[in-house]
Amino acid sequence: MIKVEHLTRTFGPKTAVDDVSFEVARGEVLGFLGPNGAGKSTTMRMITGYIPPTAGRVAVCGFDVAAQPIEARRRIGYLPESAPSYHDMSVVAFLGFAAEMRGLRAEAKKRAVAKAVETCFLESVLHQSIDTLSKGFRHRTCLAQALIHDPEVLILDEPTDGLDPNQKHEVRSLIRRMGADKAIVFSTHILEEVEAACSRAIIIDRGRIVANGTPAELKARSDRAGAVRLALRGPQAEAAREALAKLPGVARVEIVSDEGGAVAVRAFPDQAQRQAAFAAQLAQAIMSRWSWTIAELHTEEGRLDDVFRAITRPDTAREPAAPAPERVAA
Amino acid sequence: MSARSRVWTVAKRELAAYFDSPVAYVFIVIFLLLAGFFTFTFGAFFDRGEASLGAFFMWMPWLFLFLVPAVGMRLWSEERRSGTMELLLTFPITTWQAIAGKFLASWLFLAIALALTFPVWLTVNVLGDPDNGVIVAGYVGSLLLAGAYLAVSSATSAMTRNQVVSFIVALVVCLALVLVGFPPVTDLLARWAPPWLVEAVAAFSVLTHFEGFQKGVLDSRDVVFFASVIGFALFVTGVVLRGQRAG
Repeated sequence: MIKVEHLTRTFGPKTAVDDVSFEVARGEVLGFLGPNGAGKSTTMRMITGYIPPTAGRVAVCGFDVAAQPIEARRRIGYLPESAPSYHDMSVVAFLGFAAEMRGLRAEAKKRAVAKAVETCFLESVLHQSIDTLSKGFRHRTCLAQALIHDPEVLILDEPTDGLDPNQKHEVRSLIRRMGADKAIVFSTHILEEVEAACSRAIIIDRGRIVANGTPAELKARSDRAGAVRLALRGPQAEAAREALAKLPGVARVEIVSDEGGAVAVRAFPDQAQRQAAFAAQLAQAIMSRWSWTIAELHTEEGRLDDVFRAITRPDTAREPAAPAPERVAA
Repeated sequence: MSARSRVWTVAKRELAAYFDSPVAYVFIVIFLLLAGFFTFTFGAFFDRGEASLGAFFMWMPWLFLFLVPAVGMRLWSEERRSGTMELLLTFPITTWQAIAGKFLASWLFLAIALALTFPVWLTVNVLGDPDNGVIVAGYVGSLLLAGAYLAVSSATSAMTRNQVVSFIVALVVCLALVLVGFPPVTDLLARWAPPWLVEAVAAFSVLTHFEGFQKGVLDSRDVVFFASVIGFALFVTGVVLRGQRAG
């Protein structure tokens, strides 16, 4: 449904998006992750045809965005960053305008507006002028505009920005629900959102894709993935750490906490052993050697947060003097 | 959906935006007050002793010089400032359709303002027996003049997100369009420039081409002149909008 090939965009000397390629199929929800200024919005603007790429091409539902912009845009619903809308209009007038721009008239227009209003919970502010609305309502009004023509492709730039936790949850489940029969790309820097709503995620950093995979695959790249977290009663923290570190298959052990009579430690397997059996082996080894009580034991999945921090650079970091070593793309 | 209905959808929203805000009413009241003031005071409407709207149309190029950029300054500046331009230009319409829609809406608004000067027309018809053909030509000319100023304002407003800057630049450009044909200026030029040059420069003035309409002459060359200014300025608007996005 969305095919992005070697997309590049420069602003003067600065390369905002650098040779980005990916595809999104129907039924997929793609989370677009990255630090601020990584090129997320620029990529989305090129997909919707708002700004032309310096190089590369985008096709939406088989239509080239540069060559057949109208056909492509017809199939796209777009929520721009900061969710702009005409503030002097009422919610219902604004949605009516969006519906007309999408070629909907009379009954079809009325039905489309009613449905978008219902989906985005706007009934209570229908006739209010947009400039009197709270940020959450304004955001949802613009989201409703993106959904009004029931598009096949949805491009949502930070759809949950500025919403309260309940609204965030609503929007996430809405995205997941719609994802069943649409192709959706949404950007965010909230990592839990990716786990909650995406079938796939792309991490972009300084214009380049640095990771592309399902949330589970990405989490597996965390060095904590496959580590076993143990809570032990009996040993001293330091003694437990040293003893466990000597067990076969254990690469290293770190102390997580030492409170309330229990020691919590995290044991990392050496690479060869990164598998489910590690937890069982560890438990067996402990029980056969010492008389400690295992109060808690589980294998960690890894955290997206760690992966994100490991492969992207904060925007406060200085540019490296030499080119950074090639990162492994999934 | 046809191109015409897309343009109309944009125009309808734009026109509604004028009347949804107090700007429209403030503008119309000021326009009518000033038009009346210039006609009856400076124009010496009653002292002329003739049944015509000459005194009324004479001031149009000067009155519109300030008022039309005020109407046109927000056309694109506002869209850029509030970010709605990204929304508008990612709807399934071309940039030209958006430009045409917005221009037509504000032109229509000016036409409404102009139509509301009908009491002046009533006055001359009650007091005397004017040539209504001349008056119609005057109105057509005024509308074309407003369109030319407006198209210039559209271009300057596409260049900046600041409405004040847009207003001032539009005013300066429109002033230039007036002055190159303004007698005191052309006289100055005639002192050292050959007559053909003076004439060539004056040919670019709205004053030169507005003159015919005031006399009741509908010359196709004058119509073409105003249409060209409008077309060119709207083309510049499109180039500017495209250039900004291409970066």
